[in-house]
Amino acid sequence: MSADTVSVTGWGRTAPTVARLIRPRTYEEAAAAVRGCGARGGIPRGLGRAYGDAAQNAGGTVLDMTGLDRIHAIDASGGTVLCDAGVSLHRLMEVLLPLGWFVPVTPGTRQVTVGGAIGADIHGKNHHVSGAFSRHVLSLELLTADGEIRTVGRGTPLFDATAGGMGLTGVILTATVQLQAVQTSLMSVDTERAADLDDLMARLTATDHLYRYSVAWIDLLARGAATGRAVLTRGDHAPLDTLPARVRRAPLSFRPSRLPPAPAFLPEGLLSRTTVGLFNELWYRKAPRARTGELQKISAFFHPLDGVPHWNRVYGRGGFVQYQFVVGYGQEDALRRIVRRISARRCPSFLAVLKRFGDADPGWLSFPVPGWTLALDIPAGLPGLGAFLDELDGEVAAAGGRVYLAKDARLRPELLTSMYPRLDEFRALRAELDPRGVFVSDLSRRLTL
Amino acid sequence: MKDAFGLPQSLLVLGGTSEIALATARRLIARRTRTVWLAGRPTPALDGAAAELRALGAEVHTVPFDALDPGSHETVLGKVFAEGDIDMVLLAFAILGDQAHDEREPAAAVRVAQTNYTGAVSSALVAARALQTQGHGSLVVLSSVAGERARRANFIYGSSKAGLDAFAQGLGDALHGTGVHVMVVRPGFVRSKMTAGLAEAPLATTPEAVATAIELGLRRRSETVWVPGALRLVMSALRHAPRAVFRRLPA
Repeated sequence: MSADTVSVTGWGRTAPTVARLIRPRTYEEAAAAVRGCGARGGIPRGLGRAYGDAAQNAGGTVLDMTGLDRIHAIDASGGTVLCDAGVSLHRLMEVLLPLGWFVPVTPGTRQVTVGGAIGADIHGKNHHVSGAFSRHVLSLELLTADGEIRTVGRGTPLFDATAGGMGLTGVILTATVQLQAVQTSLMSVDTERAADLDDLMARLTATDHLYRYSVAWIDLLARGAATGRAVLTRGDHAPLDTLPARVRRAPLSFRPSRLPPAPAFLPEGLLSRTTVGLFNELWYRKAPRARTGELQKISAFFHPLDGVPHWNRVYGRGGFVQYQFVVGYGQEDALRRIVRRISARRCPSFLAVLKRFGDADPGWLSFPVPGWTLALDIPAGLPGLGAFLDELDGEVAAAGGRVYLAKDARLRPELLTSMYPRLDEFRALRAELDPRGVFVSDLSRRLTL
Repeated sequence: MKDAFGLPQSLLVLGGTSEIALATARRLIARRTRTVWLAGRPTPALDGAAAELRALGAEVHTVPFDALDPGSHETVLGKVFAEGDIDMVLLAFAILGDQAHDEREPAAAVRVAQTNYTGAVSSALVAARALQTQGHGSLVVLSSVAGERARRANFIYGSSKAGLDAFAQGLGDALHGTGVHVMVVRPGFVRSKMTAGLAEAPLATTPEAVATAIELGLRRRSETVWVPGALRLVMSALRHAPRAVFRRLPA
């Protein structure tokens, strides 16, 4: 078990703090690390893809769980896998796709761990059909503050506090996950353009239910009549009989391509209004007005950014902030107002996506609720960004919406209880389960979770 | 905790009646700061400053603190840090002295040096250790352009700030990699009660402008901040001016 004192940030590379990083290789080492956390506590960390400060713990311990990465058992007929929490979704795909199984939910990157996927209760393009990740977790083993390991079944309060609980109920050691059957490793994708935000919302509302996966890339720099223009990409796993004969010989192959990583030092301001505006214009123009049944690799459809390791460096030393919120159905006016404000503010954002969520998830702090969710990246150095996002928070909160904790690095703490009404239950459960406050993160300190 | 933009939730001001410090506190309270500790000599002015910040919605505490009593710093500041994390410490206390008077009264000159330098060394070291233990935080030290090169007109004050500046830079390097960020702020002539009655120097600035520069420096995690920024170039030139020329410059 190695222990180093290192500076830690989230994927957005803002607000670094220093912690003792421990990398347990066995459950016993993990338990010993939790018992020996000291006054400033500890927090588990996976592959560090949370954008903000969720997996940081200033002056305390951070448990790097990626050393616990064994896949213990696969039920190839029933489609379940029992694995360590430190296993990445990338690894699961490598192992499971040849057997005809796919992860039940994948976010925009494969480089997240199963533990992180449960802790943030991540969602993907199939949320409107399948819900968030934890809905497919049958049970998990949780290392709690007393250093004991508990088996937690779904439907229990501890399970629902842990799903989306940002690692604050304990360290997830293993999980049993229900998988999704697939015939091929290719996606059949329909692409269409939407001329503006209302067109986009109409298209998503009318036909989302026809697709298992759906998302829209939205051009937030477009103005005037084009405000909110977008490219919709929706699809499903391609059935075997739709594949051309050449591909049908190895229908389940999984070989994602990779470009060289982004250089370590890139100047700030690379992503300016000009460059992002140009990118957005090209991206919109290059998309077909309407195309159906295009075959795409899983990596191209779900995880385009994984092709460039360390892509977060393009924002330069100052890092970036990801802002993701959801407002319920019936609050379309709030969404329109927010999109107009972002567009008027000229935020250089090239990774903005809009999606419709399905039913709410049972996790007490799970993010998804039925409604519209918009996610965008903005360079942290943009002048006045903090105050601007505070104003957007106000709109979101007034519309009964919420922001996503796994992406947050700057929310005003006062807004949290109205956004997450079950926060009091969460706090009460933690007070009982972890009276000494062993599990603590920069996020939990900042927002008093 | 500080947010993605470096904005603190809790602030400890050493020298709680400093106008620059209060302008900074007002600015930070308007953003994220909810808890403020004002450390200073227990005077009506300190209570007044606390009341003013309280009216802005912050939870404000005052702590009796005397820069001239380094022996007490450990205890006084220890109590503050025991109450919870401090995201930002603003070392703002200083006295200007009266150059002509202090040249005749060495004891008065020593008082300037002890306040501005010795007191700062002691309290900054105590604060730095506490920040290091919590693994995060900014120590913002108010230096002065007067410390960049001592002038005939105010070399007692200037030399004390020169010492403080050098100390703070070294401390910043010592703390590199510990999660603690040290920022040296070098304002030019600031219109405030400290400089009331003095002839205004070129590029004069205000406490509010210094506060703005501090907020920006926090976001950028700057190590040195000049206010206004143009002073960096001006002082760079003055620093290299020959003594014979520098001496003749208007005070």
